[in-house]
Formats: sequence, structure tokens, C-alpha cells
Amino acid sequence: MIRRTATAVFRKDLLIEWRSRALLTRVVPFAVLVLVLFAIALDSEPLVLRAGAGLVWMTTLFSALVIVQRSFELERRDGALDVLKTLGVDGTALFLGKAAALIVQLLTLVVILVAGAVVLYGVNVEPSALVLLVTTALLGSCGIGLVGTLYGGLVSGTSGRDTLLPLLLMPVTAPVLIGASRATESAFGGDAIDATTAWAWVGLLAVFVAAFAVAGAVSFGPLLDSDS
Amino acid sequence: MKDVGFIALSYVLTLGSMALFAVVTVRRARSLSRTIPDRDKPWL
Amino acid sequence: MTTITTPTTSRSTSTTATRVLGTVALVLMAWVVVSGLFLTPADVVQLESVRIMYVHVPSAWIAYLAFVTTAVASAISLFRRHRSLGFDRVAGASAEVGVLFMAITLVTGSLWGRLTWGTFWQWDPRLTTTAFLFVTYVGYLAIRRLDGTPRQRARRSAILALLAVLEIPLVHFSVVLWRSLHQEASVLNTDGDVRLDGLMLFTLFSGVIAFSAAFAWFVVHRQRVAAMEDLRLTSGLDVALAERRAEAIPS
Repeated sequence: MIRRTATAVFRKDLLIEWRSRALLTRVVPFAVLVLVLFAIALDSEPLVLRAGAGLVWMTTLFSALVIVQRSFELERRDGALDVLKTLGVDGTALFLGKAAALIVQLLTLVVILVAGAVVLYGVNVEPSALVLLVTTALLGSCGIGLVGTLYGGLVSGTSGRDTLLPLLLMPVTAPVLIGASRATESAFGGDAIDATTAWAWVGLLAVFVAAFAVAGAVSFGPLLDSDS
Repeated sequence: MKDVGFIALSYVLTLGSMALFAVVTVRRARSLSRTIPDRDKPWL
Repeated sequence: MTTITTPTTSRSTSTTATRVLGTVALVLMAWVVVSGLFLTPADVVQLESVRIMYVHVPSAWIAYLAFVTTAVASAISLFRRHRSLGFDRVAGASAEVGVLFMAITLVTGSLWGRLTWGTFWQWDPRLTTTAFLFVTYVGYLAIRRLDGTPRQRARRSAILALLAVLEIPLVHFSVVLWRSLHQEASVLNTDGDVRLDGLMLFTLFSGVIAFSAAFAWFVVHRQRVAAMEDLRLTSGLDVALAERRAEAIPS
């Protein structure tokens, strides 16, 4: 039952996104623009090349704020969330469905940004590092997607949500930022980080994802109930 | 002497901010207490 | 029409217990100041800057104590039906006091660092995690201020507090792993290599007791203020309801 509901929510969110193309036409250009602006502001090709991994993930984080806000704004408008609650939709299913949709969007964004780093910053990705890169992209997107959905739900519908969500999300996503950046840096051929360390970071990301998947699944239901 | 200045500043800021918090809390407590009958105060 | 009666003499949030706590805190604090500034010797390595430790270390301990208190009170508030709002108020009060002491910790630590290392900040695990903890707290206080009933506030902030208990170790571990890549930073020991003995140790210990008493005093008063604020909220609602009902009665 949970899986069916979650899948339905997942498809609904992605369908809305596909119809409006907001991600593709607005968020992606914004994100690529941020990559460009970083290069301009830092004004040093070697520096930007070195910083490429971190910049990709910082940009993903900023863009995630926009996507999460939008995801919950859709629920709030026309009282969609209230309808879901009245229908007795299971909190866990709602959480997993929305998180999965968010993760797909973030993953798309990360892929585009990595391509952007290759093109704009001169980053080189060896085929041998591809597994590391893909795993990191996946886990990083999951991490941000899960906490984004959870905290987005926490502030949804409240008057302070626009300014409060960034404040709440930044400390929580720090482990993802650190871990994903270091692992990606290694995948980009950075000398400072060897393969073992890079996979240690991937391990940390996996722990983070597991922890917040459980935390979100458990607390999303009570969280929504509190708005009654 | 930078040392003395920083040390004094540390103590002043620590004790000062604690005193400020205390004063603000007590003042708020007193003004609120006047509007609520004693029987409704659970600690009394 | 009902009005809130204003008694001629009303008692505030002080009780015998808080007066005792307050006196203990003040006396011990005075002793710590006198001892820390004048009676204890300068450290061999840190010289005079060690004196900042007598306010910095207790602040740090109490900031963490406050965080734990908020987490425990939040858990109880979530899982108990009875008195859940009372525990929520304790959680909120403790968080406010925690933010105060965490700010003191970060500022005094910065000043100490400037004197000892020459820099206001170090990217070491403990400092970085403390900074993150501070921001997390601030976010917690912000979410408590959102509009809603006390029950909604309690639920939301309790969940956030428990998520913070999950988040902070993850952040700490990430930063430890991160900084272990930068070996040079670990040369500067954030404890400052102080061997405390005799009067220095006793002063530090007194400081911890003094700050703990102050913490308890702050939380009790702040929590009672919150109780009165919530009472005002609900009684205001009762008054409004009574007035509306009175309107319905044909005169």
C-alpha cells in the first residue's frame, strides 16, 4: 500500500514538473549561470579547476532550495496537502514519493552541472573514476533530496518558510556538501584525495542517506498531523 | 596590552550578557505576572 | 463580559528554590571572577590568556548541557500525552539559554584564540561543529516563533530538536574526517595544553558549578514566563469566545 501511494505521489510530482518544465527552463539555467559567476568572481583558472567539485555541489545545494520550496508550494496551493491528509495518505508514503521525485530532479541537475564543470572549468573525468562519480552523484542527490523533503515539510504552510528553509537546511546538508565535494574532487582527478579516502566519503554519504531516509519516513506523518 | 583588554572583554561580555538575559526575563516575568491571577500559576 | 482580574499584589516567577539557586550562582560567580582574574597564576605556556578559560570552558559545558536538555525535553514532549506542553516550554527555554551560552563560548573562544594562536578562528572539528550547533539552535528558535497553536509549536520544534540530535554527530564526524586531511591544523591543540592544578582547577570547577546554577535559574524563570505567555494566549481565546457567546444572547 505504501509503495503504491509513494509511486503515485512520485509520478504526480514528476508529471507536474514535466508539464511546467520549471526545472529545465528555470532552475538549470540558474545553476549553470552560478557556475559561470563563480568562475568570474574567482578569476583564476587553476583555482576554479581545483574548486570545481565543491562549486558543483554548492550550486546544487542552492538550487535545491528553490526546487524544494516549489515542491511544497504546489501542495499548499489549492489546499492540495489538506486533500491528501483528508484522504488518509500515509505520511511515510508521501515522504518517500516526494523525496524520490526531488532526488530525480537533483540528479538531473548534478549531471548537467558536472558536464558544465567539464566544459567551463576544464575538468577531466577518467573512465576509471566514473563509478565513483556516479555513486557520489546518486548518494549526494539522495542526501539533499531526503533532508530537503523532510525540512520542507516542516516549514510548509508557515509564514516564515521562505527565509527559514535555507537557515535550517544549511547545517543539515553540511555532511553531504563535504562528503560529495571531496569524493567528486577525487573523481575529477584531484591529487589530494586518494581512492580509499574518496570511498570513505561515499560511505559517510551512505550513512547519512540511510539515517535521514529512516528519520523522514518515521517523522513525516506526525509532522503533517501537527498542522491540524 | 592586548592581553588585558581581551581578557577583560571576555569577562565583561560573559557576565554582561548573562545579566542582560536575567534582567529581560525578570522584567517580562513581572509584567506578565500582574495580568494572571496567582491561582493560575502552576509553580505557586 | 469577562475581564482578567488584576490582583493588587501578585507574585512573579521567583520561588524559594530559585532564590537559593540565584544566590549560589551569584556568590560562586563572584568567586570565579576574583579567583580567575587575580588569584590564580598565569599559565606557563598560555600566560595570562588562560584566564579566559575560566569563563570559556564553563560556557561551553553549559551550552552542551542546554542542548541535551532541549533534546530530552523534546523527546518527552513528543512521546507523552500528559504535560507535553510543559516539557516543550522547558525545551524552548533551554534552547534560548543554550544559544546565549554558545554565543559566549564562540566569542570568548575567539578572543582566546587571537591571544594564543594569533587567529580568531581555526577550522578544527570542535570549533566548526560548535558553529554548526549554534546555527542549528538559531534555526530551532526561529521555528518556535512561527505562528500556530502551542501544540503545533511543540510538535514542530520537538521533531526539529530530535533531527538535530541526529544531525550534529553526522556533522561532527564529517568535519573530523575533513580536517584529518589537513594535517597542519592539528598542530595547534584547541585545549591549549594546559596542565591545571590546585587553584586553577578549583576555579574552573567552581565556574562549572556557578554556570550550572545560573543555567538552572535561567531555564526555570524563562520556562515560567513561557507558561504565562501560553496562558495569556489561551485565556485570550476564552475571553473572545465568551464575548462572542454573550453577543448571541438576545438582550
